Amino acid sequence: MSRKPRDSQGSTRKVTRRAALVGGLQLGFMGILAARMRHLQVDQADQFRLLAEENRINMRLIPPARGEIFDRNGLPIARNEPAYRITIVREDAGDVEAVIARLARLIPLDPADIDRAMSEMKRSAPFLPITLAERVSWEDVSKIAVNTPALPGITPDVGLSRYYPLQKDFAHVVGYVGPVSDYDLSKIEDPDQLLRIPRFQIGKVGLEAKMEEQLRGSAGTRRVEVNAVGRVMRELDRREGEPGANIQLTTDVMLQNYVQARLGDESAAAVVIDTTNGDLLAVGSAPSFDPNLFVRGISVSDYRALTQNDHRPLAAKSVQGIYPPGSTFKMVVALAGLEAGLITPDDTFWCGGYLEVSNRRFHCWKRGGHGHMNVTGGLRESCDVFFYELASRVGIEKISAMANRMGLGIRHDLPLSAVAAGLTPTRAWKREVHGQDWLIGDTVNASIGQGYVLASPLQLAVMTARIATGRNVTPRLIKSIDGVEQPSGSGESLGLNPRHLSVVQGGMYEVSNSRKGTGYGARIIAEDMRMAGKSGTSQVRNITAAERAAGVTSNEDLPWERRDHALWVDFAPFDDPKVAVAVVVEHGSGGSSVAAPIARDITLQALFQGDPPLDAYPAKDRDRIAEQQERLRALRPDLSSEAKSRA
Amino acid sequence: MSYLEYAVKTTPSGFRKVFYLNWPLALLLTAVASVGFLQLYSVAGGSFSPWAEPQMKRFAIGLLAMFIVAMVPVWFWRNVSGVAYGLSLLLLVFVEFFGSVGMGAQRWIDLGFMRLQPSELMKIALVMFLAAYYDWLPLRKVSHPVFVMIPVIIILVPTFLVLKQPDLGTAILLLTGGGAVMFLAGVHWAYFVSVIAGAVGLVWAVFQSRGTDWQLIKDYQFRRIDTFLDPSMDPLGAGYHITQSKIALGSGGWTGRGYMQGTQSRLNFLPEKHTDFIFTTLAEEFGFIGSVSLLALYALVMVFCISSAMTNQNRYAALLTLGIATTFFLFLAVNMSMVMGLAPVVGVPLPLVSYGGSAMLVLMLAFGLVQSAHVHKPR
Repeated sequence: MSRKPRDSQGSTRKVTRRAALVGGLQLGFMGILAARMRHLQVDQADQFRLLAEENRINMRLIPPARGEIFDRNGLPIARNEPAYRITIVREDAGDVEAVIARLARLIPLDPADIDRAMSEMKRSAPFLPITLAERVSWEDVSKIAVNTPALPGITPDVGLSRYYPLQKDFAHVVGYVGPVSDYDLSKIEDPDQLLRIPRFQIGKVGLEAKMEEQLRGSAGTRRVEVNAVGRVMRELDRREGEPGANIQLTTDVMLQNYVQARLGDESAAAVVIDTTNGDLLAVGSAPSFDPNLFVRGISVSDYRALTQNDHRPLAAKSVQGIYPPGSTFKMVVALAGLEAGLITPDDTFWCGGYLEVSNRRFHCWKRGGHGHMNVTGGLRESCDVFFYELASRVGIEKISAMANRMGLGIRHDLPLSAVAAGLTPTRAWKREVHGQDWLIGDTVNASIGQGYVLASPLQLAVMTARIATGRNVTPRLIKSIDGVEQPSGSGESLGLNPRHLSVVQGGMYEVSNSRKGTGYGARIIAEDMRMAGKSGTSQVRNITAAERAAGVTSNEDLPWERRDHALWVDFAPFDDPKVAVAVVVEHGSGGSSVAAPIARDITLQALFQGDPPLDAYPAKDRDRIAEQQERLRALRPDLSSEAKSRA
Repeated sequence: MSYLEYAVKTTPSGFRKVFYLNWPLALLLTAVASVGFLQLYSVAGGSFSPWAEPQMKRFAIGLLAMFIVAMVPVWFWRNVSGVAYGLSLLLLVFVEFFGSVGMGAQRWIDLGFMRLQPSELMKIALVMFLAAYYDWLPLRKVSHPVFVMIPVIIILVPTFLVLKQPDLGTAILLLTGGGAVMFLAGVHWAYFVSVIAGAVGLVWAVFQSRGTDWQLIKDYQFRRIDTFLDPSMDPLGAGYHITQSKIALGSGGWTGRGYMQGTQSRLNFLPEKHTDFIFTTLAEEFGFIGSVSLLALYALVMVFCISSAMTNQNRYAALLTLGIATTFFLFLAVNMSMVMGLAPVVGVPLPLVSYGGSAMLVLMLAFGLVQSAHVHKPR
């Protein structure tokens, strides 16, 4: 350095000193950064690694296959079918509208669905599939598959959906499934995450609802890697769920179909129970509906048609419907009297056409009276006065207790919706509910199954099975769950005097097989298939004095909804009971004229497990029965394809 | 001090200058930039486009510019310092009035081949002008109040303009960088002590102003401070950046998750992963070892600059080198503090590593000045 500026030396020294200071501070700060880095990356590494994994990994649920439902012979009642739907992915489609327009030329698309899809697309991420059409047929799916290059972003997606191949036959037993609603979720405490899967199906009514937990199964899980906006990058691993349990019912598809077909358009119910083990072979309610409509989402007009029909197709009348049992209740009164020792089988009462009780006349259905009647005769000819007399001696408490032993007034434990308990009135009940004292007239009314007494067709079938066997037969609808046999309902002995039982059974035999019997017209003549029954005709109105004066007593003169209910119960064969049947035809007018022929056909169908030979019927009925069999055969489901698909 | 004071014999001239370049510094800069290329390639999912390739081209241009600037004698740069400052100020005013009206809320001017941010330019021009000022000012007048007020105004005018854009990060950088040059030039301690005390008072005032009519900073800036102080307060909203950034850093561990294996960056959980938050991708993929290595590279850059300055007898050259080094340090300190959750999120890129043309080019020009100072050192 030859020349130096005046203060260069000093300035340089000062700069150097401060530079060292500043440089030192800077390097010191870098040291702090390194220390911070060490803290984050070494000391807290595990914690942050976990957070990064949580960011990255998402659990997705795999819906399990719902358990299927089969009949006692393994024929399908409810199954899962592949359901195709068409989805569109915005970012793959590019020009969404052009792609949809091309798709609409290939397969039918609902404009409302397109609008909904377009608005949904605007709201959601571009890589999410949006449903364009649901329940697309296999033909349409293959059309799309062939045209894939022209339809970017369009993918057919397959899921499982419930299908009821027998359509109307099991609507009231199995019920149906539908997508989970907010209402469903609100009812369930701590709902399974599965239920939050869009379009997940849950049992809504009937067995599907009651056995929901067993049928549903448990969800599988899929761990996927997602990015910050939720796009799935890849699947990391997958654990399949547990499919729901398969349920085998005690019902017989063919018999159930026959029952539904035989009831036809009547507003009616029929229950067939196996007396040996309580198996419900058929639980029919008519008219019925196609549960598949509900699975798909029923249209407003279809739904309105169902709810506004005065025959109430949505009601499961066999278990939910309760009716005055009418004269079918007389066996209970007879047994109560006999067991209480108040009468012997040979004791008689005199029927003069009416009985006067506390200044009120209670008429027998036969105005002229039956004369001297014992228990057998009283049942055979359904003499009302005999039972008025008997009941007023036995008292309502003993009658109700006997009714309970026979399965009336008790809610049977079945996996069905709204199983009715019916009603067997007592003094205490009337005091509690009506705040009135029990009157002798109430007992008289109850003796012929009128007044307060109410029973469902199911209960009447159970009652008949118990009378037929003397055992505490309990109804059973589920034969096995996932192959595990459920307890039988054959029951213990009721402890009734066998002689009393056989008197009542004999009375029922006479109803069907004696010329004087009310059910003689609907008898079975095959010697080893003889049936024992009891008719019932229950009033749904009080006959007013004015009507009586005007002579309006014939049901045919009344509007449908005011006619009497027709009831019939029977068991067969008489010598070795196998089945018990109860039939109720709402507003059918006459038990022996309307309900009995239906019950006989069903009984024979159950005993022969198919169409019975015509010679089981009385000769005069055979032509009509042959024609009827022909007609109902046409309604039978074609199960050959089902059987094949199972094999 | 003027160019006449240089003895021609002691200063390299002509082609010989190449041998006097600070080659280790050039190599270090290339190494730092290469870390950037590596991460930009990774962030793009193993692809040179859209970031790594343009960044490499820009660096090449920047390197060339650095050499050209280095060849020009440092006294020329001293003489144009005022012009550079004036021009930068004009451009700042230009974007203030025309940038916001004509081009939306943009802070840059489109030059065709690149977008120029005047605020970037100003960071260097300010340092140049302050260095020239203190070179001109006799040392005994340095702490004279009048001569302290002049550089304060020189610093505050561009700072105010940048703050209006609003660009808090750059404003802090200008203020601190300018202040550092003043400190290095030897301004009396007392000034700095009182300014720091004043600043603390101002911060207190800012917090007091919250929610009142005379609120001093914008709501979103308040929210940034809130989330900085407690990122968990709003993990999916404003705190998202800091939380995700810390997760990425922390999950790196000692050795990282492997190159291109960082889930936070690969799955887009990291915000602005190719610009301001690029350090987190490095930390995630190469762990503590990787991030400390980059820090060490930066430290070496600083050491080479400071040692070059400390051996430089030329006051302008020394102040310029130190000022640029300090600005460079401020860049990386603010950026790293931000991604590590030590400072609120302000838009400051990681120097030479973050994707971005303006910042890269301006930094390389600045290092050109450092090189020029080094080459033309009186020996």
